[in-house]
Amino acid sequence: MNNILNEIGIENYIYLAVILFSIGVFGVLYRRNAIIVFMSIEIMLNAVNLLFVAFSTYHQDAEGQVFVFFSMAVAAAEVAVGLAILVSVFRNIGSIDIGKLKNLKG
Amino acid sequence: MSTVLIIFYILSAITLSMAFLAVFTRNPIHSAIYLVVCMMSIGGHFLLFNSQFLAIVQIIVYAGAIMVLILYTIMLMDLNKEHEVHRPRVTRLVAIILFSLTCIILILIFINSDPVAGTIDRYDNFGEDFQSIKKLGKVLLNEYLVPFEYASILLLTAMIGAVLLSKKEKPGK
Amino acid sequence: MENSLVLVLLLSPFIGFLINVFFGKQLGKTVSGALGTLAVVVSFLASIYFFVEINQTGKPISIKFFDWISLHNFKLDMGVLLDQLSLLWLLFVTGIGSLIHLYSISYMHDDEHLNKFFAYLNLFVFFMITLVVGSNLVIMFIGWEGVGLCSYLLIGFWYKNQEYNDAAKKAFIMNRIGDLGFLIGIFILGSLFSTLDFSTLKTLITSGTNANVTLLSLAALSLFIGATGKSAQIPLYTWLPDAMAGPTPVSALIHAATMVTAGIFMITRMNFLFDLVPNIQFIIAVVGAVTALVAASIGLVQNDIKKVLAYSTVSQLGLMFMALGFGAYNVAVFHVITHAFFKACLFLGSGSVIHALHHEQDMRKMGGLRKIMPITFITMMISTLAISGIPPFSGFFSKDEILMTAFHNNTILWVVASVASIMTAFYMFRLMYLTFYKEYRGTEEQKHHLHESPALLTFPLIVLAILATVGGLLNLPGNNWLNHYLAPILSATEHKEHTLGTTEYMLMAIAVAGGLVGIFMAYSKYIKQNFVPKPDAEINGFAKTLYNKYYVDEFYMSLIVKPIKSLSNFFRETLEPALGSLVYGFGTMANKMSVTGKKIHTGSIGWYLTMFTLGVCLILCYLFLF
Repeated sequence: MNNILNEIGIENYIYLAVILFSIGVFGVLYRRNAIIVFMSIEIMLNAVNLLFVAFSTYHQDAEGQVFVFFSMAVAAAEVAVGLAILVSVFRNIGSIDIGKLKNLKG
Repeated sequence: MSTVLIIFYILSAITLSMAFLAVFTRNPIHSAIYLVVCMMSIGGHFLLFNSQFLAIVQIIVYAGAIMVLILYTIMLMDLNKEHEVHRPRVTRLVAIILFSLTCIILILIFINSDPVAGTIDRYDNFGEDFQSIKKLGKVLLNEYLVPFEYASILLLTAMIGAVLLSKKEKPGK
Repeated sequence: MENSLVLVLLLSPFIGFLINVFFGKQLGKTVSGALGTLAVVVSFLASIYFFVEINQTGKPISIKFFDWISLHNFKLDMGVLLDQLSLLWLLFVTGIGSLIHLYSISYMHDDEHLNKFFAYLNLFVFFMITLVVGSNLVIMFIGWEGVGLCSYLLIGFWYKNQEYNDAAKKAFIMNRIGDLGFLIGIFILGSLFSTLDFSTLKTLITSGTNANVTLLSLAALSLFIGATGKSAQIPLYTWLPDAMAGPTPVSALIHAATMVTAGIFMITRMNFLFDLVPNIQFIIAVVGAVTALVAASIGLVQNDIKKVLAYSTVSQLGLMFMALGFGAYNVAVFHVITHAFFKACLFLGSGSVIHALHHEQDMRKMGGLRKIMPITFITMMISTLAISGIPPFSGFFSKDEILMTAFHNNTILWVVASVASIMTAFYMFRLMYLTFYKEYRGTEEQKHHLHESPALLTFPLIVLAILATVGGLLNLPGNNWLNHYLAPILSATEHKEHTLGTTEYMLMAIAVAGGLVGIFMAYSKYIKQNFVPKPDAEINGFAKTLYNKYYVDEFYMSLIVKPIKSLSNFFRETLEPALGSLVYGFGTMANKMSVTGKKIHTGSIGWYLTMFTLGVCLILCYLFLF
């Protein structure tokens, strides 16, 4: 069967992943809602996943996909714990605005 | 322009626009919905690579599990756009600048390192489908068996941790 | 048998020290004193045993206890060497030591820290024995340091008086300067010959043709500097007169009879080295002669009875060093022994006087004690005649031999030494006249309490006076027992004995005449003219210079102490604050930086994230773009 990259080209995927990643960065910096920040992180993770799969195809190697699999597992765990922390934060200060989490100051 | 390329463009457009909307929309619920669509389109990308397993897992884990979890959390906290505070202009400006900066730097790195030049022949495959579930399963359960098991332990730990963290503390403690 | 007896000889005073230190208070004064005396007497008896033995066999006893230091080609044993020289020293150290211990029982009886006193005295005897019997230079150095320590402890025995403490510190520091020289000498010899053992060194040095003469001279000079410190020679003599702050028995034992002769012992021990370096020998002779003259001239006008004796000691030590410088080691040793007898007797006699006068030491407030204290007077008179060189007392023979040696080697130094001898006769008789003749010049109340000292005080005096009388028999001209006895030690150069010719008789006559002149001058001034030294304030002219000891102390003070003090002050007041503020400055700087830097940590997660992203961008730029 034909390799998909013959028709699309890896550079397109790289551009796509870069832009997607940057959108994630933008979201993290732009929003104050902790849950949206979380979602932005997921977007960044997905951008990286996409690139992993693209290069896996490019190098004719399945290990890239194995890594994607693991990164999904880690992302799931991270979201579970992270959301639990957010719930507990919300319970304590009644908000998940990251602007209000200022106890870390020097 | 081949069909595949057209599909790629359409999917990319959906992915980027949905991701952007998810970040930009002020209502968290809407954000989450946009993100679901974004994840699904990424699953579409995976399908383009003929890696069905990952596409399915992407939809199940991200669009299914994670986003549902997030949606539930949002509903639990009763968040809506009234909660969202306007960020000062400087912050927004900084965010946009850093967005462009990251973008430009990463693309520049890519252009600098030039991984594609002269290697167009290597797109040939060798008669084997490296994206198939069969191949992936063999790699995963042979070479990566131990990390695979660790991943399961990680998920278990995360589950217990999440339960413990979100549990209401008993009064008096 | 010999091994254990040597250990008894060595450790008996040390055991006495331990018992007196730990149980002295419980034992009571009499037992404590008796025990201390007994410990030294045991050593004395052991010394006699060895002395008799070595007289029969003529062979030195060398005992090695164990290997002490063993480096790859450097070996040092812990051992003792009992030869003719060390036994001679042992005999008079422990012998006079026993007498002085006995004396101290009575003299120190009123002191509440009597046990401490005897502990120190025993420790001193132990270290002195170590110094004398050690088989190599390092063991000798241990003893050397140890006697210095005991000297310090005993000078400052009445530690409640700050002046005494200062005197103790002065003695210690002066000795340290000398000790450094001694150490350097040891180092040089050790590096040259890879051994410090006396017998090995002797073979190596006497046979060694490859020895570097410059280095040997340096070693000899360093050792001599060590000797000047301990034996109170110019330029390190000023501690000895101040050391009279200690109790009188201490002055007699340590600062007249034994410890101060350690330098002479050391040079005699190392005679094979000094024989090779005539330049250094000449320096020793000159230093000795000058010291003898200077100290004698200072002694002329001192009014403190013990100070007079102290300067007399310095002067006599100078004479001994002069003899050493001429290579006449046996003569020096002879004078050491006779001097130990009569000077110990003089000090103990002065102690008896001081005891009777309740710690009055100023001769201007004495006088007329002849009838009240006849035994003290007679014994002191004998010793005074001995030190003045009047025949047939012992001092005549030893001093005369020194003068003869000087005459044969260097006439100028002979003149210097003779003048010093005349001065000696003068100031000693001045002391006697002021103390014992004419009328009592103290207060009436004191006069009532005047009494002859008890038997425990006078017995040592009598023994020492007898010894001072007959001590000359050791080396009578024509008999020369001591010369023969010491011959194995001094075999390097066969010392020629003076044949008694016309020159010698003339020299003797001159010496005796000089002594008589000194006595006559003292007689005419203090008996005939009834002269009593003026109070301190009225002294003027050259006498004032003499009375103030040529201002040597002041000279040292302004030359050495004051610059060091001002340097220290400079360090303390300028350098230390500067360094301190520098160090504190670093702290303050770090603190200020932290205070400034902590403002970056606003606690705002957005800010952190922004910075984080920016940082990632910069790192990426650095890694991949530039």
